[in-house]
Amino acid sequence: MRRYRWLAAIPTLGMLGGVPFANRVRPYVLGLPFLLAWIVVWVVITSLVMATIFFLDSRRDAEIAGATAASSDNSSSS
Amino acid sequence: MTPALGVIIGVFVLAIALGLMARRGHVMSLEQWSVGGRGFGSVFVFLLMAGEIYTTFTFLGGSGWAYGKGAPAFYILCYGAIAYSVSYFLLPIVWRYAQTRRLVSQADFFVAKYESKTLGVIVALVSVAALVPYLVLQLKGLGIIVSEASGGVITQAVAVWTSSIALVGYVVVSGVRGSAWTSALKDVMILAAAVGIGVYLPLHYFGGYRAMFEAVEAAKPGALTLPASGMSPAWFISTVLLTATGFYMWPQFFAGVYTARSENVFRKNAVILPLYQLVVLFVFFTGFAAMLVVPGLKGAEADLSLLRIVEQSFGSWTVGVIGGAGLLTALVPGSMILITAGTIISQNIYRVMAPNASDRTVSLVARSLVPVLTLVAVILTLRGGQTLVVLLLMGYNFVTQLFPALILSLGEHQRVSAASAIAGIVAGEFTVVLLTVTSASVATLLPGAPQVVKDLNVGFVALAVNAVVLTVVALATRVRRPVVTELVRNP
Repeated sequence: MRRYRWLAAIPTLGMLGGVPFANRVRPYVLGLPFLLAWIVVWVVITSLVMATIFFLDSRRDAEIAGATAASSDNSSSS
Repeated sequence: MTPALGVIIGVFVLAIALGLMARRGHVMSLEQWSVGGRGFGSVFVFLLMAGEIYTTFTFLGGSGWAYGKGAPAFYILCYGAIAYSVSYFLLPIVWRYAQTRRLVSQADFFVAKYESKTLGVIVALVSVAALVPYLVLQLKGLGIIVSEASGGVITQAVAVWTSSIALVGYVVVSGVRGSAWTSALKDVMILAAAVGIGVYLPLHYFGGYRAMFEAVEAAKPGALTLPASGMSPAWFISTVLLTATGFYMWPQFFAGVYTARSENVFRKNAVILPLYQLVVLFVFFTGFAAMLVVPGLKGAEADLSLLRIVEQSFGSWTVGVIGGAGLLTALVPGSMILITAGTIISQNIYRVMAPNASDRTVSLVARSLVPVLTLVAVILTLRGGQTLVVLLLMGYNFVTQLFPALILSLGEHQRVSAASAIAGIVAGEFTVVLLTVTSASVATLLPGAPQVVKDLNVGFVALAVNAVVLTVVALATRVRRPVVTELVRNP
């Protein structure tokens, strides 16, 4: 199971779920009004979360490929 | 000749040269022309996908919305990020299926999954109905940008005709390879132009970003937040979700997926594209700066705010770079639209009517359609009136109606009948037309509802009608696949 893939839902829920509460001008963050800053931060988080999933997926794929290679070695030797 | 005009002409010539050169070393079969022989790596697919985000709409419309509407413009920044996170999971599935069956169009996907050519024809008609107005929008933007940036020396009509002829040339010759190559040039210019002016203008006029936003808030209180009703948070969230839903349903985008060499391309892109989309932020900065520096543009004129402030703030060279970038933001998506529309009509309509046509003939038909479609678009651009605006409004909702049938077809076993997909799509499209023509909103449909419900994007109504009809017909015409297929799959 690749349960970590559910992480991908976090940015959408955070970004949109927070809009009613983040709908304000102050405090300014990095010179941006709060609502815009909120969205920008979540866009960056989207990228980070997808990078994490990509990393975990690649590791998982490598494991599976390794396991398949090992089992096919076994079957050919037996 | 002003430097601006020189730069624009230079960019134009370079783009056409790149577009034509892209063909070198490839024999143009339909598969090569439409989906680049399925050989594109991460960079080319990235450019195609990014090419679709930075259209004239983002360029002129993004700044225009910030200028005219303020905070509601931020939705443009949100839907892409969400669509990309979904793309990580959706596109590899689509790509794998298309790869094994050598599909060339989005309609092909539906034909293969639902085993129905009729469904393919319907999807094809929907696609063309959405694509042609979208092409017109690009050409209109192109005309405005070039004529403004040239100081009126080049009229809109001349700009539209010249670019269209060149566009037809490289699209017919190079197909999607031409789009990818010109996309590279476009992205370099957009990055330089949009980021450059977005960084510079707030510093120049206000001394800083925060200072600019404080001036905006002082001049127009409430411009930096969503209003309590109308374009409220409820509108914002529903619009982002609806737009993200329709994002990959655009046929040229969907077919762009087929160009990839491997499915890992999409996974990498899902990581990078959200960050890349932040370029829109700088387009917003320009719009907000223009709000105070070049005030007074009303309604549709707001879309000119970016060009006006650039003309007022920079020398002729910079105006030329913006004009050139703007030209490319129309050419690249325009080329993708033409290729997709040509492919769909030849593959999913013509081939159905002429089942004995050879691949060679179908490929020829696809490319012959390019000048025809372009001519229609040019005429609509230069002559089109109110009908066109209505069509444009409907375009996004048109393609969004393909979403339920697509999602339900992704599983390994097809559980839903073609009849139900057809019924759902037709009912959805009919609702879109009805809602648009009567300019309905949830508030007019449900006057007694609470404000939160009233502000929801009306597009959801059509999607809901679609889903309900699809479900009812699906239950009535349940697919009972013979057990044999199961046995074949799991020997």
